[in-house]
Amino acid sequence: MNLSSTTREPESRAALPVFDERPMESVAPPQGWLGGGSWKAQLLTALVLVWVGLLVILPTVSLVFEALGEGPARLYKSLTHPDVLASFRLTLVATLAATALNTVFGLMIALTLARQSFVGRGLADALLDLPFAVSPVIAGLLLILLYGPMTPVGGWLDSLGIGVIYHPLGLVIATAFVTLPFVAREVVPVLREFGIDQEEVAHTLGAGRWTTFRRITLPSIRWGLAYGVLLTIARGLGEFGAVLVVSGNILGRTQTTTLYIHDAVETFNPQGAAAASLVLGGVSVGLLLTLEALRERVERRECHAATTAATKGESSTTATNGREPRS
Amino acid sequence: MTATKDATWMGRWWRNVVLGTDRGRPPSVGGLILRGLAIGYLAVMIVLPLGALGLEAIRSGPSALLSALLDPFARHALVLTLTTAAVMTVINAVMGTLTAWVIARREFVGKRWVNAFIDLPLAIPTVVTGLMLVTLYGPASVLGTVLGGSIIYQQPGIILALVFVTFPFVVRSVQPVLLELDPVEEEAAATLGAGPWLTFRRVVLPTLAPAIFSGAAQSFARALGEFGSVVLVSGNRPLETTTAPLYIYGALESGDRTGALAVSLALLAGSLGLMLVFNVVQTGKTGS
Repeated sequence: MNLSSTTREPESRAALPVFDERPMESVAPPQGWLGGGSWKAQLLTALVLVWVGLLVILPTVSLVFEALGEGPARLYKSLTHPDVLASFRLTLVATLAATALNTVFGLMIALTLARQSFVGRGLADALLDLPFAVSPVIAGLLLILLYGPMTPVGGWLDSLGIGVIYHPLGLVIATAFVTLPFVAREVVPVLREFGIDQEEVAHTLGAGRWTTFRRITLPSIRWGLAYGVLLTIARGLGEFGAVLVVSGNILGRTQTTTLYIHDAVETFNPQGAAAASLVLGGVSVGLLLTLEALRERVERRECHAATTAATKGESSTTATNGREPRS
Repeated sequence: MTATKDATWMGRWWRNVVLGTDRGRPPSVGGLILRGLAIGYLAVMIVLPLGALGLEAIRSGPSALLSALLDPFARHALVLTLTTAAVMTVINAVMGTLTAWVIARREFVGKRWVNAFIDLPLAIPTVVTGLMLVTLYGPASVLGTVLGGSIIYQQPGIILALVFVTFPFVVRSVQPVLLELDPVEEEAAATLGAGPWLTFRRVVLPTLAPAIFSGAAQSFARALGEFGSVVLVSGNRPLETTTAPLYIYGALESGDRTGALAVSLALLAGSLGLMLVFNVVQTGKTGS
């Protein structure tokens, strides 16, 4: 975002011959740390700075202070508490299991939605977005109504010895539910963009469906897929509402890190809550930064592809015309 | 391939509608298996739970659901959710647009940092958000004592949490449009004697309106279901600071399934309706 804001503006001015010779900066050179200009513009800048500071930056800083306030030794002690370690393990396992499920099936959903046409495809497309529109608590309620001990499905699974609600499996299903759309939603546009030409060629050359997928389709969608997977992990690690309803919050068995944080706040252990939050928030922010880097990389690659396509001229335009048979 | 297969309407229906196509051709067995697995996953993960919800709703019956919905506690929770979400949406529409404008048009110290921090609420888990706000504005903090405990565990705290959680939506929806918008237009307006406010209102705002609306709608929909941050910030006092998602959770905990179901259905109808309107507006825009 930063990069684009600093690089795009000179370009747009360069397109205008009159303004080209006298850049904006010479008219209103930035002065002071609010950027100069009229006092109203400066006031507005200050207002936004105060707003972002009070809303986002200061709360973040205060969390770090809360976690570190009593020294690193205390932080270490809080983080190595058996309950915290167990919650980290459980969160990690549940998130990774849900991510694995959603990656495999999300790819299948994406391939089906992007490549096939059949009755009910629109409905499947709409249903895919449902988890985004549902409150996490309602997601938990849905799962309780389906898998709860007194329901037909829950009772049947129970007779097979499979527990869902109040069991770790419930955490996996809840996490998979709330993160279901990410992989498919990231991959579908990339698949549509990529088109079917290369897959057709592979097919003509005798490659089977699996070989085509592995050698042609997968490499071309890998960045979109990676983006979707990271989003799934980030969202899964932080899931709270659905997990709270489904888990029963049993210490050491179904208590994820977000549930531990909630419990620690409720039991007047703000330092322990802040310590666990620092780790969870730190991992999430790390994932976000990775995502940003990934997005820049993908955008740069796309720009590169666009320029090479443009230099190729006519032949590539006909190819792109044929690329989207149904969009 | 042969015409005889399509001779009956059932054959045509089977081939064209049910089997459909895969990359423009009749699907292979592998393609059908792929489709079956994809649809099967959606069915198990989404359709089955929805079906269970529908069954439970039918079993409870409309009159029980309606009376559960008209329960004063439930009604207050729903009204509180709607009003806090509405107030938050107005705040974020204004402040989000201002933030996007300042980042796109102004150079100031720490701009990179401000820009980076805007996405933070998307990454931070909601419980962590709640904890962050409590540590900064809560009764035990310096700022909290200055404010006299008027935010955390009160209704303004709910709005604060919602504003935090949805802050990126309007900014990130408006920012790309502002960057596309040539600053020359604003400069021309300024040259013609328009003040910054007039320029903004007459030149910038009309272009930004759809983006602001889309970001605001996203924020509102998200706020209807927000739970993790609100649960820590609100204090969860019935008839005072219990929002609809908190009410659903409380009803579930106390074994009041009908109450949880009724409020869930109302909330679901709200967010699905919003999603539908949003999609229609969106497709209408791209279609025209």
